[in-house]
Amino acid sequence: MKYLKTYPEKCIGCMTCVDVCSNLYFKEITPEKSCIEVFDLGDGNFDLSVCNQCQTCVAECHTLALTVNKFGTVMLNKNLCIGCYACVAVCPTDNMRTYMKGIVPFKCIACGACARECPADAIEIVTED
Amino acid sequence: MKYDIEKLKSKHKMLKEFEYELKPLDKGYSDRTLYINLSSNEIKEKPVPEEMKEKFIGGKGYGLRLLWDAVNENTKWDSEENEINIAIGPIGGITSYAGAGKSLVTSISPTTGIPIDSNVGGHFGPYFKFSGFDALEIQGKAENDIIIYINGNDGKIQIFEAPDEEINSHILAEQMTDMFADNEKERQHISTVSAGRGSDHVWIGCLNFSYYDKRRKGLRLKQAGRGGIGTVFRNKKLKAIVVKYSGLKGNTNNPVDMKTIQDTGLKFHKEMITLDDKQCHMRTVGTAHLVEIMNDYDLLPVKNFKFGNHEDACKIDSSVWTKLMTQGVPDGCWYGCTMSCAHAVDNFIPRTGPYKGEKVLVDGPEYETAAGCGANTGIFDPLAILEMNFYCDTYGLDTISFGTLTAFVMECYEIGVINKEITGGLELEWGNWEATLEMLHQMARGEGFGVIAGKGIKYMKKFFSDKYGADKQFLNDIGFEGKGLEQSQYQSKESLAQQGGFYMTNKGPQHDEAWLIFMDMVNNQIPTFEDKAEALHYFPMFRTWFGLQGLCKLPWNDVEPENNAETDEPAKVPEHVQNYLDIYKAVTGKSLNKEEMIRQSERVYNFQRIFNLKMGHGKRVDDHPPYRAMGPLTVEEYDSRQERYDSQLKELINIDPEGKTSEEKVKLHRDWREDRYEKLLDAVYKRRGWTKDGVPKIEHLKDIGMDLPELIDTVKDHQ
Repeated sequence: MKYLKTYPEKCIGCMTCVDVCSNLYFKEITPEKSCIEVFDLGDGNFDLSVCNQCQTCVAECHTLALTVNKFGTVMLNKNLCIGCYACVAVCPTDNMRTYMKGIVPFKCIACGACARECPADAIEIVTED
Repeated sequence: MKYDIEKLKSKHKMLKEFEYELKPLDKGYSDRTLYINLSSNEIKEKPVPEEMKEKFIGGKGYGLRLLWDAVNENTKWDSEENEINIAIGPIGGITSYAGAGKSLVTSISPTTGIPIDSNVGGHFGPYFKFSGFDALEIQGKAENDIIIYINGNDGKIQIFEAPDEEINSHILAEQMTDMFADNEKERQHISTVSAGRGSDHVWIGCLNFSYYDKRRKGLRLKQAGRGGIGTVFRNKKLKAIVVKYSGLKGNTNNPVDMKTIQDTGLKFHKEMITLDDKQCHMRTVGTAHLVEIMNDYDLLPVKNFKFGNHEDACKIDSSVWTKLMTQGVPDGCWYGCTMSCAHAVDNFIPRTGPYKGEKVLVDGPEYETAAGCGANTGIFDPLAILEMNFYCDTYGLDTISFGTLTAFVMECYEIGVINKEITGGLELEWGNWEATLEMLHQMARGEGFGVIAGKGIKYMKKFFSDKYGADKQFLNDIGFEGKGLEQSQYQSKESLAQQGGFYMTNKGPQHDEAWLIFMDMVNNQIPTFEDKAEALHYFPMFRTWFGLQGLCKLPWNDVEPENNAETDEPAKVPEHVQNYLDIYKAVTGKSLNKEEMIRQSERVYNFQRIFNLKMGHGKRVDDHPPYRAMGPLTVEEYDSRQERYDSQLKELINIDPEGKTSEEKVKLHRDWREDRYEKLLDAVYKRRGWTKDGVPKIEHLKDIGMDLPELIDTVKDHQ
């Protein structure tokens, strides 16, 4: 299974990952449209939240818009999605994301763009069985 | 594949083609309906007048409005002018809130002679609506078997003769999907309405609405079961109505405020996912979870409603169905329904009938089927119940009516009203599932005793007394029908409010309008006549609202927010009511409060009541239950609960049971129970703004803004 592994203790809260992600998929820089979220816990501590590819959402999808690719990553086919948000509700880590005015949700597909730019090595793409 | 689609198509004869302009919906409406006349092959669009939109809202409101204008007071179910109308309301078709894909079907019923409305899931309603119409109105009769095809992608409608297609639904729906889907991807964009061989011969016909189950790669069927609309469908020589629509997105309904719909829907989804395992288990077993609850509370109908529980109920309870039903599959009958209660048993192999030995899918069973075809007939074999479920569906027969009428037939057989000679050899004793299935197959073959039974209890009561000299009064006491419709599967003996909930309904005794047993009998929350009358005003009106909008009732209270018990009125589930008000506004842009919500329903509810009057019914005399629905009819029933009934004599009726025979005590109960039902009728009619004879008063119609000239004209001589 290929997924984005996080090391929140290394995070410096620079938001580079958030900017890279939203810019890559939505051509705008806004935390609302990033697949990865950074939470400021105060005192220089941060938490990171992103899809762990657990596949719970796949079983819930009525239209088979959510599938698992050969790397074990959960992919969303926007053409098949009818925006019911059952996947959003069922996600145990709240990482099936939505944004204002959006019909279909979005999620991390472990592309690694954010990990490449992270200056603190707080995120990396890993592959595990 | 057992059939050759090209060969089937080669026999088609085109009767009519029609093109219409495709246009996007506006705030949940297209503001036009589609009219098809099968006698003349006329097809036309009809604009929806502003008054119709304002007062009838959509769904069954639209269906009943169109039906009223189509029929006259002499119209029978098989008259040419009778219609089958299918409509889905403004909210129907949204994909973000659970239970938003219901179609409402209306017609003049074969068994009641008055309007019936029946709600059903499946994909037809939403796809038809998104094809561009708020309602489908079908009038007239074809000469030969025909299919109507609505292509909502291209704006084309066809009527063609189709002599060789199957009639039984599980095969026909598959044929239609194969025929009209251009590729595998398109299969999910097709939905078919069909009936079955049973609908050809008996009066309890139902309609099947299909949807393509992508995970199973097969067709699923949901039923518009009540009131015999399948029989009307086949009488019109309709084989199938097929729709194709490929453009579904989350915002196809074109609401004004998508964000509110999504946020409200998401809140509900989370409740459903986190609370269902602690509450109703809808996601694992659906409504069949009720079997053991009803049995525990003495509410499960056993042997034609004589008793309320049975030691063998554990053989047909939810633990059995959970194992038989395929688990872990999202089983919503419309997209986005996380209640997901439309479960199925895969790879079932029938032991009898034309599909004996084949692997089939059984949609269900629902509680009603498990209780009606099971406990009520003394059949506690789950596989026999599944087989009845499967055959009823594919033959286009209503499992509720089938269960209740079979229970009636069995009691008649057991007490000698009918015998083996009359049934043509069927030994219809309690629990005989093989004879029951044979009777079901007879309905589909149009032969034998099945054809008599399939005309329903009202017909049989007259037939048995006219032909075999049966005691009319006794048959009236044990025949669980009201207005001609068979009752659904709950014991109402100990809940006066539920007796009203069943028998004061517009279309006959079903559980769509009111289910008050726990409020009344278990929790004693509505002790006085006035309390019961208030409940019999509010809940039927509130639940009517789902039928105006295209919504399913189940997500309203088959899961409840965690803090629901702490609210002022837990029985109303206030947070979910607010959800519906929010969604209505988000779709239509119109504000709605709780009072106006009830008012919307009240207008249509009173319209339907007056429609009954127009058809020669709709009065006090039509609102009475069979006595067994009100209390212990026989000594056997009395003695089975002697302690309870004796204590009621003492505490509620102020009569000392000591020294009285069971016969005397049965009579004392009957007098008391029948009297209090009359008092309940008085209280409910008063609350609803009706006369003592159950006719809406003119001033009440004015109050609710429903003083339409045709309604005043109908009620004015009955004030």
